[in-house]
Amino acid sequence: MYYIDPHIHMVSRTTDDYERMARMGCVAMSEPAFWAGFDRGSVESFRDYFRQLTEFEPKRAAAVGIQHFTWLCINAKEAENVSLSREVIAMIPEFLDKPNVLGIGEIGLNKNTKNEAQIFWEHMELALKTDELILIHTPHLADKYKGTRMIVDMLLDDPRIKPERVLIDHVEEHTVKVARDHGFWCAMTLYPVTKCTPSRAVDIIEMVGDDKIMVNSAGDWGPSNPTAVPDLVQEMRRRGYSEAKIKKVVYDNPLEFFRQSKRFKFKDPA
Amino acid sequence: MPAIQTAQQILDQVFLDMRAKLLEVAASLDRLDRAPGAEAVANDQRRQRIQKTLEILASQSGNRAEQLQLLFSDTYDEKWQRPGVRA
Ligand SMILES: [Zn+2]
Repeated sequence: MYYIDPHIHMVSRTTDDYERMARMGCVAMSEPAFWAGFDRGSVESFRDYFRQLTEFEPKRAAAVGIQHFTWLCINAKEAENVSLSREVIAMIPEFLDKPNVLGIGEIGLNKNTKNEAQIFWEHMELALKTDELILIHTPHLADKYKGTRMIVDMLLDDPRIKPERVLIDHVEEHTVKVARDHGFWCAMTLYPVTKCTPSRAVDIIEMVGDDKIMVNSAGDWGPSNPTAVPDLVQEMRRRGYSEAKIKKVVYDNPLEFFRQSKRFKFKDPA
Repeated sequence: MPAIQTAQQILDQVFLDMRAKLLEVAASLDRLDRAPGAEAVANDQRRQRIQKTLEILASQSGNRAEQLQLLFSDTYDEKWQRPGVRA
């Protein structure tokens, strides 16, 4: 089955991973800007990173027949450095006409601090001003519920925000309804230990329905599995779901969300 | 989107996996109890939360996973200080 991984950090994956994903049916992926594992020192580091995301990774992906899309921002962890964050936010528009950019992301909260909230809000302003889609990272573990509620508060505070143009990521059992009750898209991340397992993700789909929901591997430099989406496909098959039902979650839904981006051009492999 | 499988089919599939995971929890609790300093750990908030999860698991609520997640979550205050006034 063809599938899309709507959240994966290919800058920290090998060419072997690209090949393995292609062999398992991945035809497109989207790569949000994130933390590099260490804090970057200057806006120039981000400029290089954005060039990597908009010029280099699309070529690596195309070499194995995968279409690569991306999102730009400074992540929540580095948002503690407010002055650097503002320099990065001011630089992002230089890249907004690159053909593979889908919007602003993954912005969000990490430890739910005042600075993180401030920089989230400034990213949101940029996305509204430039009419871009928004992809949102929600915090890990004990911080997740509080952080997701804070993020939704900030989104709802602004009447210009159109919920159908916002994706709230890394939802789990206690945050999925927080996101969906207000009409936002949401995504579940399949991680080996934290976040969701394929079986819990399918449980959540059974409980809340399969509209406006997608799954991703969020593969990065930490413990993660770049072919986690096919694991979910297997779990749905094991439970007896039709191929059309599975395709809706791993293919049709991400496409429906991405299509709202003014630059999104997708070559259907079928 | 209701489940397709019957409860009997699900039980057949998950029984061994659940048995293994419950045994891991039981063995971890035993290991904690027999280790030196077990009394001090009894007051650790994490240990107390684990105890509370056992009550949630024994309930018939239908949203045990969500309740466990909330138990392990920081509290949210809806009156938190939002970022600066909009320009
Ligand atoms: Zn990510």
